[in-house]
Amino acid sequence: MIATRNIVKRFGDFTALDDVTVEVEAGSLTALLGPSGSGKSTLLRVIAGLERPDAGVVSLDGADVTGVPPQQRGVGFVFQHYAAFKHMTVWDNVAFGLRIRRRPRAEIRERVAELLELVQLSRLAKRYPAQLSGGQRQRMGLARALAVDPKVLLLDEPFGALDARVRKELRARLRRLHDETHTTTVIVTHDQEEAMDVADEVVVMNGGHIEQVAPPRELYDHPANEFVMSFVGPVNQLGDTFIRPHDVELLLEPNGAMQEAMVQRLVHLGFEVRAELVRDDGEVLSAQLTREQVEALELQPGQIVYVRPTRQTVFS
Amino acid sequence: MIGRYAVRFAALGYLTLLLALPVGYVFWRTFRHGFWPAWHAVTTPDALHALKVTLILAGIAVPANTIFGVLAGLAIVRYRFRGAGVFNAVVDLPLALSPVVVGLALLLLYGRGGWLDGHHVVFALPGMVLATMFVSLPFVVREVVPVLREVGTEQEQAASTLGANAWQTFWRVTWPAIRWATAYGVVLTTARALGEFGAVSVVSGRLAGQTESLTLYVQDRYQGFDEVGAYASAVVLALIAVTTLIVMTALKPKKEAR
Repeated sequence: MIATRNIVKRFGDFTALDDVTVEVEAGSLTALLGPSGSGKSTLLRVIAGLERPDAGVVSLDGADVTGVPPQQRGVGFVFQHYAAFKHMTVWDNVAFGLRIRRRPRAEIRERVAELLELVQLSRLAKRYPAQLSGGQRQRMGLARALAVDPKVLLLDEPFGALDARVRKELRARLRRLHDETHTTTVIVTHDQEEAMDVADEVVVMNGGHIEQVAPPRELYDHPANEFVMSFVGPVNQLGDTFIRPHDVELLLEPNGAMQEAMVQRLVHLGFEVRAELVRDDGEVLSAQLTREQVEALELQPGQIVYVRPTRQTVFS
Repeated sequence: MIGRYAVRFAALGYLTLLLALPVGYVFWRTFRHGFWPAWHAVTTPDALHALKVTLILAGIAVPANTIFGVLAGLAIVRYRFRGAGVFNAVVDLPLALSPVVVGLALLLLYGRGGWLDGHHVVFALPGMVLATMFVSLPFVVREVVPVLREVGTEQEQAASTLGANAWQTFWRVTWPAIRWATAYGVVLTTARALGEFGAVSVVSGRLAGQTESLTLYVQDRYQGFDEVGAYASAVVLALIAVTTLIVMTALKPKKEAR
Protein backbone atom coordinates (compact mmCIF):
# COMPACT_ATOMS: atom_id res chain seq x y z
CA MET A 1 0.00 0.00 0.00
CA ILE A 2 1.14 3.52 -0.79
CA ALA A 3 0.10 6.28 1.55
CA THR A 4 0.95 9.97 1.57
CA ARG A 5 -0.03 12.13 4.50
CA ASN A 6 -0.25 15.95 4.40
CA ILE A 7 2.34 16.27 1.65
CA VAL A 8 3.42 19.83 0.85
CA LYS A 9 5.85 20.58 -1.96
CA ARG A 10 6.82 24.05 -3.14
CA PHE A 11 8.99 25.16 -6.02
CA GLY A 12 9.95 28.73 -5.15
CA ASP A 13 6.66 30.63 -4.88
CA PHE A 14 4.66 27.91 -6.57
CA THR A 15 2.91 25.37 -4.36
CA ALA A 16 2.78 22.15 -6.37
CA LEU A 17 1.25 20.02 -3.61
CA ASP A 18 -0.84 21.58 -0.90
CA ASP A 19 -1.51 19.17 1.96
CA VAL A 20 -2.13 16.06 -0.10
CA THR A 21 -3.30 12.92 1.67
CA VAL A 22 -4.07 9.85 -0.39
CA GLU A 23 -3.98 6.09 -0.09
CA VAL A 24 -3.38 3.62 -2.87
CA GLU A 25 -4.53 0.10 -2.14
CA ALA A 26 -2.04 -2.74 -2.50
CA GLY A 27 -2.43 -4.58 -5.80
CA SER A 28 -4.58 -1.87 -7.37
CA LEU A 29 -4.05 0.17 -10.50
CA THR A 30 -4.64 3.79 -9.68
CA ALA A 31 -4.59 6.79 -11.99
CA LEU A 32 -3.60 10.29 -10.93
CA LEU A 33 -5.67 12.47 -13.24
CA GLY A 34 -5.50 16.21 -13.63
CA PRO A 35 -4.60 19.12 -15.90
CA SER A 36 -1.00 20.31 -16.24
CA GLY A 37 0.21 22.00 -13.10
CA SER A 38 -2.25 20.07 -10.92
CA GLY A 39 0.62 18.41 -9.04
CA LYS A 40 0.01 14.84 -10.22
CA SER A 41 3.54 14.28 -11.53
CA THR A 42 5.06 15.91 -8.49
CA LEU A 43 3.06 13.58 -6.23
CA LEU A 44 4.32 10.58 -8.19
CA ARG A 45 7.91 11.82 -7.94
CA VAL A 46 7.49 12.36 -4.21
CA ILE A 47 6.31 8.74 -3.89
CA ALA A 48 9.37 7.58 -5.89
CA GLY A 49 11.74 9.72 -3.81
CA LEU A 50 12.80 11.81 -6.81
CA GLU A 51 11.40 14.88 -5.06
CA ARG A 52 11.68 15.58 -1.38
CA PRO A 53 8.47 16.96 0.13
CA ASP A 54 8.67 20.13 2.25
CA ALA A 55 6.27 18.55 4.72
CA GLY A 56 4.34 15.33 5.14
CA VAL A 57 4.97 11.61 5.24
CA VAL A 58 5.23 9.00 2.50
CA SER A 59 4.86 5.36 3.45
CA LEU A 60 5.17 2.19 1.40
CA ASP A 61 3.65 -0.99 2.82
CA GLY A 62 3.35 0.68 6.19
CA ALA A 63 6.99 1.77 6.44
CA ASP A 64 7.81 5.49 6.56
CA VAL A 65 10.11 6.11 3.55
CA THR A 66 10.01 9.92 3.54
CA GLY A 67 13.76 10.21 4.07
CA VAL A 68 14.72 7.10 2.11
CA PRO A 69 16.57 7.77 -1.19
CA PRO A 70 14.96 6.44 -4.40
CA GLN A 71 17.49 3.61 -4.85
CA GLN A 72 16.31 2.00 -1.61
CA ARG A 73 12.57 2.39 -2.09
CA GLY A 74 12.07 -0.58 -4.38
CA VAL A 75 9.95 1.36 -6.85
CA GLY A 76 9.90 0.99 -10.62
CA PHE A 77 9.59 4.29 -12.46
CA VAL A 78 8.61 4.81 -16.10
CA PHE A 79 9.30 8.25 -17.56
CA GLN A 80 7.26 10.15 -20.13
CA HIS A 81 10.28 10.70 -22.35
CA TYR A 82 11.55 7.16 -21.75
CA ALA A 83 14.84 8.16 -20.05
CA ALA A 84 16.48 5.37 -22.03
CA PHE A 85 20.19 4.83 -21.44
CA LYS A 86 21.26 5.96 -24.89
CA HIS A 87 24.65 4.31 -24.93
CA MET A 88 23.31 0.89 -23.94
CA THR A 89 21.50 -1.71 -26.01
CA VAL A 90 17.92 -2.67 -25.21
CA TRP A 91 19.25 -5.74 -23.43
CA ASP A 92 21.66 -3.72 -21.28
CA ASN A 93 18.97 -1.19 -20.46
CA VAL A 94 16.70 -3.90 -19.10
CA ALA A 95 19.57 -5.66 -17.31
CA PHE A 96 20.70 -2.43 -15.60
CA GLY A 97 18.88 -2.85 -12.29
CA LEU A 98 19.86 -6.51 -12.00
CA ARG A 99 23.53 -5.76 -12.67
CA ILE A 100 23.46 -3.02 -10.03
CA ARG A 101 22.10 -5.63 -7.62
CA ARG A 102 24.90 -8.02 -8.66
CA ARG A 103 22.56 -10.87 -9.53
CA PRO A 104 24.20 -14.00 -10.94
CA ARG A 105 24.73 -13.90 -14.70
CA ALA A 106 22.49 -16.84 -15.46
CA GLU A 107 19.66 -15.25 -13.52
CA ILE A 108 20.10 -11.91 -15.33
CA ARG A 109 20.09 -13.67 -18.69
CA GLU A 110 16.93 -15.55 -17.88
CA ARG A 111 15.07 -12.59 -16.37
CA VAL A 112 15.95 -10.16 -19.17
CA ALA A 113 14.97 -12.69 -21.84
CA GLU A 114 11.67 -13.25 -20.06
CA LEU A 115 10.93 -9.51 -19.81
CA LEU A 116 11.88 -8.82 -23.43
CA GLU A 117 9.54 -11.61 -24.41
CA LEU A 118 6.81 -10.04 -22.27
CA VAL A 119 7.11 -6.64 -23.99
CA GLN A 120 7.83 -8.26 -27.36
CA LEU A 121 11.26 -6.77 -27.88
CA SER A 122 13.29 -9.99 -28.02
CA ARG A 123 14.19 -9.45 -31.67
CA LEU A 124 15.44 -5.94 -30.95
CA ALA A 125 17.59 -6.80 -27.92
CA LYS A 126 20.82 -5.68 -29.60
CA ARG A 127 19.46 -2.37 -30.87
CA TYR A 128 20.22 1.00 -29.31
CA PRO A 129 17.33 3.20 -28.10
CA ALA A 130 17.88 5.62 -30.99
CA GLN A 131 16.99 2.80 -33.37
CA LEU A 132 13.60 2.17 -31.75
CA SER A 133 10.20 3.82 -32.22
CA GLY A 134 8.62 5.70 -29.33
CA GLY A 135 6.31 2.80 -28.47
CA GLN A 136 9.21 0.34 -28.49
CA ARG A 137 11.28 2.62 -26.27
CA GLN A 138 8.48 2.86 -23.76
CA ARG A 139 8.04 -0.92 -23.75
CA MET A 140 11.74 -1.12 -23.00
CA GLY A 141 11.26 1.44 -20.20
CA LEU A 142 8.51 -0.73 -18.76
CA ALA A 143 10.61 -3.90 -18.92
CA ARG A 144 13.54 -2.07 -17.32
CA ALA A 145 11.37 -0.89 -14.42
CA LEU A 146 9.86 -4.36 -13.93
CA ALA A 147 13.24 -6.14 -14.00
CA VAL A 148 13.95 -5.41 -10.36
CA ASP A 149 10.56 -6.72 -9.14
CA PRO A 150 9.44 -3.38 -7.74
CA LYS A 151 7.03 -3.20 -4.82
CA VAL A 152 5.20 -0.46 -6.69
CA LEU A 153 5.26 0.55 -10.34
CA LEU A 154 5.02 4.29 -11.02
CA LEU A 155 4.36 5.62 -14.51
CA ASP A 156 4.65 9.34 -15.27
CA GLU A 157 2.50 10.10 -18.35
CA PRO A 158 4.05 7.01 -19.92
CA PHE A 159 2.11 7.19 -23.17
CA GLY A 160 1.90 10.98 -23.45
CA ALA A 161 4.52 11.26 -26.19
CA LEU A 162 3.02 8.51 -28.36
CA ASP A 163 0.39 8.63 -31.09
CA ALA A 164 -3.19 7.63 -30.34
CA ARG A 165 -3.05 4.08 -31.68
CA VAL A 166 0.16 3.08 -29.95
CA ARG A 167 -1.15 4.72 -26.80
CA LYS A 168 -4.26 2.55 -26.77
CA GLU A 169 -2.30 -0.59 -27.47
CA LEU A 170 0.20 0.06 -24.67
CA ARG A 171 -2.60 0.95 -22.29
CA ALA A 172 -4.24 -2.43 -22.90
CA ARG A 173 -0.87 -4.14 -22.48
CA LEU A 174 -0.31 -2.38 -19.16
CA ARG A 175 -3.75 -3.43 -17.95
CA ARG A 176 -3.14 -7.09 -18.93
CA LEU A 177 0.25 -6.99 -17.28
CA HIS A 178 -1.27 -5.66 -14.11
CA ASP A 179 -3.96 -8.33 -14.11
CA GLU A 180 -1.22 -10.96 -14.25
CA THR A 181 1.22 -9.54 -11.73
CA HIS A 182 -0.98 -7.44 -9.42
CA THR A 183 1.90 -5.07 -8.75
CA THR A 184 0.59 -1.94 -7.06
CA THR A 185 0.63 0.55 -9.93
CA VAL A 186 0.13 4.30 -10.15
CA ILE A 187 -0.15 5.98 -13.53
CA VAL A 188 -0.14 9.73 -14.05
CA THR A 189 -2.20 11.04 -16.94
CA HIS A 190 -4.00 14.16 -18.09
CA ASP A 191 -6.24 12.10 -20.36
CA GLN A 192 -9.55 11.23 -18.62
CA GLU A 193 -10.30 8.50 -21.15
CA GLU A 194 -6.96 6.85 -20.40
CA ALA A 195 -7.58 7.05 -16.65
CA MET A 196 -11.08 5.60 -16.95
CA ASP A 197 -9.93 2.89 -19.35
CA VAL A 198 -6.98 1.56 -17.41
CA ALA A 199 -7.50 2.26 -13.72
CA ASP A 200 -9.49 0.66 -10.89
CA GLU A 201 -9.43 3.89 -8.95
CA VAL A 202 -8.98 7.46 -10.15
CA VAL A 203 -7.54 10.30 -8.07
CA VAL A 204 -8.57 13.62 -9.62
CA MET A 205 -6.16 16.44 -8.82
CA ASN A 206 -6.36 20.17 -9.42
CA GLY A 207 -4.15 23.04 -8.26
CA GLY A 208 -2.16 20.86 -5.83
CA HIS A 209 -5.31 19.46 -4.19
CA ILE A 210 -7.20 16.22 -4.49
CA GLU A 211 -10.73 16.81 -5.80
CA GLN A 212 -12.07 13.28 -5.65
CA VAL A 213 -10.99 9.66 -5.30
CA ALA A 214 -13.35 7.12 -6.84
CA PRO A 215 -13.64 4.22 -9.27
CA PRO A 216 -14.15 5.40 -12.88
CA ARG A 217 -17.87 4.72 -13.00
CA GLU A 218 -18.65 6.48 -9.74
CA LEU A 219 -16.48 9.39 -10.77
CA TYR A 220 -18.50 9.81 -13.93
CA ASP A 221 -21.90 9.25 -12.36
CA HIS A 222 -21.34 11.07 -9.09
CA PRO A 223 -18.71 13.74 -9.57
CA ALA A 224 -17.95 15.53 -6.30
CA ASN A 225 -17.89 19.01 -7.78
CA GLU A 226 -17.94 21.14 -10.90
CA PHE A 227 -14.30 20.59 -11.61
CA VAL A 228 -14.54 16.81 -11.63
CA MET A 229 -17.79 16.95 -13.58
CA SER A 230 -16.23 19.00 -16.36
CA PHE A 231 -12.85 17.24 -16.30
CA VAL A 232 -13.94 13.62 -16.61
CA GLY A 233 -16.09 14.13 -19.69
CA PRO A 234 -17.73 16.67 -21.97
CA VAL A 235 -20.42 18.74 -20.28
CA ASN A 236 -22.91 21.52 -21.01
CA GLN A 237 -23.14 24.20 -18.40
CA LEU A 238 -26.37 26.13 -18.27
CA GLY A 239 -26.31 28.47 -15.30
CA ASP A 240 -25.80 26.24 -12.26
CA THR A 241 -26.94 23.15 -14.12
CA PHE A 242 -24.55 20.62 -15.71
CA ILE A 243 -25.78 18.26 -18.40
CA ARG A 244 -23.75 15.59 -20.21
CA PRO A 245 -24.23 15.74 -24.02
CA HIS A 246 -25.62 12.20 -24.02
CA ASP A 247 -28.26 13.26 -21.49
CA VAL A 248 -29.72 15.80 -23.90
CA GLU A 249 -32.80 14.62 -25.74
CA LEU A 250 -33.98 16.44 -28.88
CA LEU A 251 -37.60 16.55 -29.96
CA LEU A 252 -39.27 18.16 -32.96
CA GLU A 253 -42.44 19.18 -31.10
CA PRO A 254 -42.56 21.44 -28.02
CA ASN A 255 -43.80 19.60 -24.96
CA GLY A 256 -44.38 21.48 -21.71
CA ALA A 257 -41.39 23.26 -20.19
CA MET A 258 -38.92 22.42 -22.94
CA GLN A 259 -36.53 24.93 -24.39
CA GLU A 260 -36.20 25.89 -28.00
CA ALA A 261 -32.83 25.70 -29.79
CA MET A 262 -31.43 25.89 -33.27
CA VAL A 263 -29.14 23.24 -34.76
CA GLN A 264 -25.97 25.06 -35.72
CA ARG A 265 -23.77 22.20 -36.88
CA LEU A 266 -23.83 18.40 -37.07
CA VAL A 267 -20.48 16.69 -36.52
CA HIS A 268 -20.34 13.07 -37.72
CA LEU A 269 -17.97 10.94 -35.64
CA GLY A 270 -18.68 7.50 -37.10
CA PHE A 271 -21.51 5.92 -35.16
CA GLU A 272 -21.92 8.99 -33.04
CA VAL A 273 -23.17 12.41 -34.10
CA ARG A 274 -22.59 15.57 -32.14
CA ALA A 275 -25.22 18.26 -32.62
CA GLU A 276 -24.12 21.78 -31.74
CA LEU A 277 -27.09 23.87 -30.65
CA VAL A 278 -27.82 27.49 -29.76
CA ARG A 279 -30.71 28.23 -27.43
CA ASP A 280 -32.95 31.20 -28.01
CA ASP A 281 -31.27 32.97 -25.07
CA GLY A 282 -27.88 32.61 -26.80
CA GLU A 283 -26.54 29.74 -24.66
CA VAL A 284 -24.58 27.13 -26.58
CA LEU A 285 -24.85 23.41 -25.85
CA SER A 286 -24.08 20.14 -27.54
CA ALA A 287 -26.00 16.89 -27.73
CA GLN A 288 -24.62 13.46 -28.39
CA LEU A 289 -26.85 11.36 -30.61
CA THR A 290 -26.66 8.14 -32.57
CA ARG A 291 -26.84 8.14 -36.34
CA GLU A 292 -30.28 6.51 -36.19
CA GLN A 293 -31.63 9.27 -33.96
CA VAL A 294 -30.36 11.94 -36.36
CA GLU A 295 -31.92 10.12 -39.31
CA ALA A 296 -35.22 9.60 -37.49
CA LEU A 297 -35.42 13.29 -36.61
CA GLU A 298 -34.17 14.28 -40.08
CA LEU A 299 -31.99 16.87 -38.40
CA GLN A 300 -30.56 19.64 -40.58
CA PRO A 301 -28.43 22.66 -39.68
CA GLY A 302 -30.68 25.66 -39.15
CA GLN A 303 -33.56 23.52 -37.87
CA ILE A 304 -35.45 24.41 -34.70
CA VAL A 305 -35.62 21.64 -32.09
CA TYR A 306 -36.78 21.28 -28.48
CA VAL A 307 -34.29 20.32 -25.80
CA ARG A 308 -35.06 18.03 -22.86
CA PRO A 309 -32.35 17.09 -20.37
CA THR A 310 -32.93 13.49 -19.25
CA ARG A 311 -30.52 13.90 -16.40
CA GLN A 312 -28.86 16.96 -14.91
CA THR A 313 -26.62 17.80 -12.01
CA VAL A 314 -26.62 20.87 -9.80
CA PHE A 315 -23.85 21.45 -7.26
CA SER A 316 -24.86 23.33 -4.17
CA MET B 1 25.19 24.85 -57.28
CA ILE B 2 27.53 27.74 -57.92
CA GLY B 3 26.81 29.03 -54.47
CA ARG B 4 27.75 25.72 -52.91
CA TYR B 5 31.03 25.54 -54.78
CA ALA B 6 31.79 29.12 -53.89
CA VAL B 7 31.32 28.34 -50.19
CA ARG B 8 33.52 25.27 -50.44
CA PHE B 9 36.18 27.15 -52.34
CA ALA B 10 36.18 29.99 -49.83
CA ALA B 11 36.40 27.61 -46.85
CA LEU B 12 39.17 25.54 -48.40
CA GLY B 13 41.02 28.62 -49.57
CA TYR B 14 40.85 30.10 -46.10
CA LEU B 15 42.18 26.89 -44.54
CA THR B 16 44.95 26.61 -47.12
CA LEU B 17 46.14 30.16 -46.63
CA LEU B 18 45.98 30.16 -42.85
CA LEU B 19 46.80 26.58 -41.96
CA ALA B 20 48.04 24.24 -44.65
CA LEU B 21 50.44 26.64 -46.30
CA PRO B 22 52.38 27.78 -43.20
CA VAL B 23 52.47 24.29 -41.66
CA GLY B 24 53.45 22.72 -44.96
CA TYR B 25 56.17 25.32 -45.35
CA VAL B 26 57.56 24.43 -41.92
CA PHE B 27 57.69 20.77 -42.90
CA TRP B 28 59.39 21.63 -46.17
CA ARG B 29 62.01 23.83 -44.52
CA THR B 30 62.67 21.13 -41.94
CA PHE B 31 63.42 18.39 -44.40
CA ARG B 32 64.94 20.57 -47.12
CA HIS B 33 68.37 19.09 -46.47
CA GLY B 34 67.05 15.59 -45.83
CA PHE B 35 65.91 13.69 -42.79
CA TRP B 36 69.16 13.38 -40.86
CA PRO B 37 70.01 17.04 -40.29
CA ALA B 38 66.51 17.47 -38.85
CA TRP B 39 66.90 14.34 -36.73
CA HIS B 40 70.23 15.54 -35.34
CA ALA B 41 68.72 18.96 -34.60
CA VAL B 42 65.99 17.51 -32.38
CA THR B 43 68.22 14.99 -30.61
CA THR B 44 70.69 17.45 -29.12
CA PRO B 45 70.72 17.32 -25.29
CA ASP B 46 68.97 20.71 -25.06
CA ALA B 47 66.27 19.71 -27.52
CA LEU B 48 65.64 16.39 -25.78
CA HIS B 49 65.45 18.14 -22.43
CA ALA B 50 63.00 20.68 -23.83
CA LEU B 51 60.88 17.81 -25.15
CA LYS B 52 60.97 16.18 -21.74
CA VAL B 53 59.91 19.43 -20.06
CA THR B 54 57.03 19.83 -22.49
CA LEU B 55 55.87 16.27 -21.89
CA ILE B 56 56.02 16.81 -18.12
CA LEU B 57 54.01 20.04 -18.41
CA ALA B 58 51.34 18.41 -20.56
CA GLY B 59 51.52 15.21 -18.51
CA ILE B 60 50.53 17.08 -15.36
CA ALA B 61 48.29 19.83 -16.73
CA VAL B 62 46.14 17.64 -18.96
CA PRO B 63 45.09 14.96 -16.41
CA ALA B 64 44.65 17.60 -13.69
CA ASN B 65 42.47 19.80 -15.85
CA THR B 66 40.51 16.83 -17.16
CA ILE B 67 39.54 15.72 -13.66
CA PHE B 68 38.89 19.29 -12.60
CA GLY B 69 36.94 19.95 -15.78
CA VAL B 70 34.57 17.02 -15.34
CA LEU B 71 34.00 17.81 -11.65
CA ALA B 72 33.49 21.51 -12.36
CA GLY B 73 31.07 20.69 -15.18
CA LEU B 74 29.04 18.47 -12.86
CA ALA B 75 29.12 21.14 -10.18
CA ILE B 76 27.93 23.87 -12.54
CA VAL B 77 25.16 21.89 -14.21
CA ARG B 78 23.96 19.37 -11.62
CA TYR B 79 24.37 21.07 -8.28
CA ARG B 80 22.85 24.50 -8.25
CA PHE B 81 25.09 25.95 -5.57
CA ARG B 82 25.42 29.54 -4.44
CA GLY B 83 27.73 31.44 -6.79
CA ALA B 84 27.57 28.87 -9.60
CA GLY B 85 27.13 31.67 -12.11
CA VAL B 86 30.23 33.49 -10.93
CA PHE B 87 32.15 30.21 -10.86
CA ASN B 88 31.06 29.47 -14.42
CA ALA B 89 32.32 32.88 -15.55
CA VAL B 90 35.61 32.63 -13.66
CA VAL B 91 36.41 29.35 -15.43
CA ASP B 92 36.61 31.35 -18.66
CA LEU B 93 39.10 33.81 -17.25
CA PRO B 94 42.17 32.06 -18.73
CA LEU B 95 40.62 32.46 -22.19
CA ALA B 96 40.16 36.18 -21.73
CA LEU B 97 43.36 36.99 -19.90
CA SER B 98 46.58 37.51 -21.86
CA PRO B 99 49.00 34.68 -20.98
CA VAL B 100 51.74 37.22 -20.27
CA VAL B 101 49.56 38.69 -17.54
CA VAL B 102 49.15 35.21 -16.07
CA GLY B 103 52.91 34.76 -16.10
CA LEU B 104 53.45 38.11 -14.40
CA ALA B 105 50.82 37.31 -11.79
CA LEU B 106 52.57 34.06 -10.93
CA LEU B 107 55.87 35.90 -10.83
CA LEU B 108 54.48 38.45 -8.38
CA LEU B 109 52.89 35.82 -6.20
CA TYR B 110 55.72 33.30 -6.01
CA GLY B 111 58.75 35.40 -7.01
CA ARG B 112 61.22 37.28 -4.85
CA GLY B 113 59.28 39.45 -2.37
CA GLY B 114 55.97 37.84 -3.35
CA TRP B 115 53.53 36.28 -0.92
CA LEU B 116 54.85 32.80 -1.38
CA ASP B 117 58.50 33.59 -1.89
CA GLY B 118 61.16 30.95 -1.47
CA HIS B 119 59.37 27.90 -2.66
CA HIS B 120 61.38 27.35 -5.82
CA VAL B 121 58.38 27.93 -7.98
CA VAL B 122 59.46 30.73 -10.24
CA PHE B 123 62.24 30.05 -12.77
CA ALA B 124 61.68 26.36 -12.15
CA LEU B 125 59.42 23.56 -13.29
CA PRO B 126 56.62 24.09 -10.68
CA GLY B 127 55.99 27.61 -11.96
CA MET B 128 55.84 26.39 -15.53
CA VAL B 129 53.41 23.66 -14.53
CA LEU B 130 51.18 26.21 -12.76
CA ALA B 131 51.23 28.53 -15.77
CA THR B 132 50.39 25.67 -18.15
CA MET B 133 47.58 24.44 -15.91
CA PHE B 134 46.16 27.93 -15.67
CA VAL B 135 46.00 28.65 -19.39
CA SER B 136 44.64 25.20 -20.33
CA LEU B 137 42.00 25.12 -17.59
CA PRO B 138 38.72 25.99 -19.39
CA PHE B 139 38.71 23.55 -22.29
CA VAL B 140 37.33 20.39 -20.69
CA VAL B 141 34.78 22.37 -18.66
CA ARG B 142 33.55 24.20 -21.75
CA GLU B 143 33.10 20.95 -23.68
CA VAL B 144 31.43 19.04 -20.86
CA VAL B 145 28.93 21.67 -19.63
CA PRO B 146 26.74 21.94 -22.76
CA VAL B 147 26.63 18.15 -23.16
CA LEU B 148 25.58 17.65 -19.54
CA ARG B 149 22.87 20.27 -20.03
CA GLU B 150 21.62 18.56 -23.18
CA VAL B 151 21.55 15.04 -21.71
CA GLY B 152 19.44 16.24 -18.80
CA THR B 153 18.86 14.45 -15.54
CA GLU B 154 16.21 11.88 -16.49
CA GLN B 155 18.66 9.07 -17.25
CA GLU B 156 20.36 9.69 -13.92
CA GLN B 157 17.01 9.63 -12.13
CA ALA B 158 16.10 6.41 -13.91
CA ALA B 159 19.38 4.88 -12.73
CA SER B 160 18.67 5.93 -9.15
CA THR B 161 15.18 4.39 -9.16
CA LEU B 162 16.82 1.19 -10.45
CA GLY B 163 19.03 1.10 -7.40
CA ALA B 164 22.25 2.74 -8.60
CA ASN B 165 24.10 4.89 -6.05
CA ALA B 166 25.74 8.19 -7.03
CA TRP B 167 29.03 6.54 -7.97
CA GLN B 168 27.40 3.81 -10.06
CA THR B 169 25.17 6.38 -11.75
CA PHE B 170 28.19 8.47 -12.66
CA TRP B 171 30.22 5.62 -14.13
CA ARG B 172 27.41 3.80 -15.89
CA VAL B 173 25.22 6.66 -17.05
CA THR B 174 26.75 10.13 -16.79
CA TRP B 175 30.31 9.37 -17.85
CA PRO B 176 29.38 7.44 -21.03
CA ALA B 177 27.29 10.44 -22.06
CA ILE B 178 30.10 12.98 -21.62
CA ARG B 179 33.18 10.93 -22.45
CA TRP B 180 33.49 12.13 -26.06
CA ALA B 181 33.02 15.73 -25.04
CA THR B 182 35.72 15.14 -22.42
CA ALA B 183 37.97 13.53 -25.03
CA TYR B 184 37.62 16.54 -27.29
CA GLY B 185 38.35 18.78 -24.33
CA VAL B 186 41.48 16.73 -23.68
CA VAL B 187 42.64 17.29 -27.27
CA LEU B 188 42.17 21.05 -26.91
CA THR B 189 43.82 21.07 -23.48
CA THR B 190 46.79 19.11 -24.82
CA ALA B 191 47.18 21.45 -27.76
CA ARG B 192 47.13 24.45 -25.47
CA ALA B 193 49.54 22.88 -22.97
CA LEU B 194 52.01 22.01 -25.73
CA GLY B 195 51.80 25.38 -27.40
CA GLU B 196 51.74 27.75 -24.43
CA PHE B 197 54.42 30.38 -24.86
CA GLY B 198 53.67 33.65 -23.09
CA ALA B 199 52.87 32.58 -19.54
CA VAL B 200 55.47 29.83 -19.44
CA SER B 201 58.05 32.14 -20.97
CA VAL B 202 57.62 34.71 -18.20
CA VAL B 203 57.85 32.32 -15.24
CA SER B 204 60.45 29.94 -16.64
CA GLY B 205 63.48 32.22 -16.90
CA ARG B 206 64.25 30.29 -20.10
CA LEU B 207 67.40 28.55 -19.01
CA ALA B 208 68.44 26.29 -21.91
CA GLY B 209 68.61 22.65 -20.84
CA GLN B 210 66.77 23.46 -17.58
CA THR B 211 63.55 25.44 -17.81
CA GLU B 212 62.92 25.47 -21.50
CA SER B 213 59.86 23.80 -22.96
CA LEU B 214 59.90 22.71 -26.58
CA THR B 215 57.84 25.73 -27.60
CA LEU B 216 60.34 28.05 -25.92
CA TYR B 217 63.15 26.06 -27.50
CA VAL B 218 61.74 26.72 -30.98
CA GLN B 219 61.91 30.46 -30.36
CA ASP B 220 65.39 30.09 -28.83
CA ARG B 221 66.71 28.22 -31.86
CA TYR B 222 65.11 30.66 -34.24
CA GLN B 223 66.69 33.63 -32.57
CA GLY B 224 70.01 31.77 -32.62
CA PHE B 225 69.75 31.48 -36.41
CA ASP B 226 69.49 27.68 -36.11
CA GLU B 227 66.79 27.40 -38.72
CA VAL B 228 66.76 23.60 -38.97
CA GLY B 229 66.63 23.24 -35.17
CA ALA B 230 63.69 25.64 -34.93
CA TYR B 231 61.71 24.09 -37.74
CA ALA B 232 62.45 20.51 -36.72
CA SER B 233 61.33 21.17 -33.11
CA ALA B 234 58.18 22.82 -34.44
CA VAL B 235 57.48 19.68 -36.47
CA VAL B 236 57.89 17.53 -33.33
CA LEU B 237 55.30 19.71 -31.53
CA ALA B 238 52.93 19.46 -34.46
CA LEU B 239 53.35 15.68 -34.57
CA ILE B 240 52.51 15.29 -30.85
CA ALA B 241 49.36 17.36 -31.31
CA VAL B 242 48.30 15.47 -34.44
CA THR B 243 48.94 12.14 -32.69
CA THR B 244 46.64 13.15 -29.82
CA LEU B 245 43.94 14.05 -32.29
CA ILE B 246 44.31 10.78 -34.21
CA VAL B 247 44.25 8.66 -31.05
CA MET B 248 41.08 10.37 -29.86
CA THR B 249 39.38 10.01 -33.24
CA ALA B 250 40.38 6.36 -33.47
CA LEU B 251 38.95 5.62 -30.01
CA LYS B 252 35.60 7.13 -30.87
CA PRO B 253 33.00 4.45 -31.61
CA LYS B 254 31.11 4.50 -34.89
CA LYS B 255 28.27 2.20 -33.93
CA GLU B 256 26.70 4.15 -31.11
CA ALA B 257 23.89 6.10 -32.71
CA ARG B 258 22.74 9.44 -31.43
